[in-house]
Amino acid sequence: MTLITLEWFYALAGAIMLGVALRIARDAGHPRRAGSAAFWALLGLVFVTGKWIPAAWAGLAVVILAVLAATGQVVRSGERERPKPEREAEAARLGNRLFWPALLVPAVTVLGSLTLGRIAIGRVHLVDPKQVTLIALGCGAVAAMALALRFTRAPVSAPMAEGSRLLQTLGWSLVLPQLLAALGLVFAQSGVGEVVAGLVAQVLPTQFPFVAVAAYCLGMALFTICLGNAFAAFAVITGGIGLPLIVQRHGGDPAIMAAIGMLSGYCGTLLTPLAANFNLVPALLLDLPDRNAVIKAQLPVALVLLAANVLLMWLLVYRF
Amino acid sequence: MIKLVGIAIVAVGFALRLNPLLVVLAAGFATGLAAHLSVTEILELFGKGFVDSRFVAMTIVLMVPLIGLLERHGLQERAAAVIREARAATAGRVILLYCAIRQVLISVGVNIGGHPQAVRPLVAPMAEAAARAQHGELPERTTHAIRAHAAAAENVGNFFGEDIFIAVGAVLLMKGFFTAQKMDVSVWRMALWGIPTALAAFATFAWRCRRLDRRIAREVAEDGRKDQA
Repeated sequence: MTLITLEWFYALAGAIMLGVALRIARDAGHPRRAGSAAFWALLGLVFVTGKWIPAAWAGLAVVILAVLAATGQVVRSGERERPKPEREAEAARLGNRLFWPALLVPAVTVLGSLTLGRIAIGRVHLVDPKQVTLIALGCGAVAAMALALRFTRAPVSAPMAEGSRLLQTLGWSLVLPQLLAALGLVFAQSGVGEVVAGLVAQVLPTQFPFVAVAAYCLGMALFTICLGNAFAAFAVITGGIGLPLIVQRHGGDPAIMAAIGMLSGYCGTLLTPLAANFNLVPALLLDLPDRNAVIKAQLPVALVLLAANVLLMWLLVYRF
Repeated sequence: MIKLVGIAIVAVGFALRLNPLLVVLAAGFATGLAAHLSVTEILELFGKGFVDSRFVAMTIVLMVPLIGLLERHGLQERAAAVIREARAATAGRVILLYCAIRQVLISVGVNIGGHPQAVRPLVAPMAEAAARAQHGELPERTTHAIRAHAAAAENVGNFFGEDIFIAVGAVLLMKGFFTAQKMDVSVWRMALWGIPTALAAFATFAWRCRRLDRRIAREVAEDGRKDQA
């Protein structure tokens, strides 16, 4: 038994989303009041109730969210951030104290990850050891918020107003990573990976050790680009190309293959808009007009590293 | 072969810039139907996948009210003021330093940082302030390039440091994969062989940061000439 579970923090996040919906519903100047409020309300409900409702209901909610987003119903309000001169004055008034809450979050996260999982009375655990990092992060966010409210002397409504504005900037991009995780599940259930791996093994001259390495590394990167997730690609490509060709046929070392193979997948992550939480969300968070700006900045790094990975694996995997 | 229809839909949908949520949903339904799953089964898979991965959005949603509140009280401005006092700071060096800290810490299991927590309120404003302290006012495209590189530093440091630590997602996932294949592969060896790529990643990103500093100087000079003409 556990006292504090991750569901508490899912409920808190859901409550914040419901708060966004409420603010939109009360904002007469919002360009898409009904549709945007419905999107955030439904999303908040799924976050709060997700563990208890039937999976098909959650799936239906996902379909409705996607339709609202695709029909242009989910847009940001006209709220603006505080004028720069006022922020400059506040920065001068508060000084380096402003950094403390921002540093308290990682501090609580690290300390909490190390300790919270071990606290137990008999068989009653304080938190689930498997979820301890995320729970510690949640605790850090709550503690930092209390500290920040205290020394800024801001009203309690201020963080909700600012959070609502920032979340509306992200809009539907916020849930794209979750839809992709779900797509990965559908692909796995349908056996897509086996088909891809079979094709590669048929088409390429994989009797050459170097070709096997190149096919594996590039396969990891390409499949990650298509799925948006290197972890999903790893099982498919390693099972289909890496193990049969590099390890079994050419006698390569599985540990070296796996390590460098996963990192080749990460080169794909740097390049794909499907890795929305790494590439699209930051572009929106940083007010970049080109939503692919982060991918473009990462392109040279990804290509150089992918070539380096092929070379490194070829040099190392058959030798150690 | 027909099961690959989902990958084709994703590729075409993104190329045509259709709404990604709808593209992903369409790809899922097409693939599921091609593999003879029922509509209800596909809905269940989408629901389960969505609910099980709530943690991704949760971390962002719990952080933005705090970051928004601190920014309302001048966090970005304060970060910029601090960096202006450091004479040796350039945008590229600030960004590279963040990448180094991120990569080293996560390789020993300390996962701090993130786009909402660190890049938006601290790293990007510090890098921009360093460039302004050096060059004066910056063209808009230059500030955009600085911000994009700050976001890239977070990803590069995170991705290519993580695999060196044995107790995190990637290494455990690989271990789980091999266990399912009835193979005994050491987590220590997998972590060890992540190091060459980690070093290559840092070296490559250091090169990109030097390029960024030169690009900033060039773009400021170009705009200066345009103003005089």
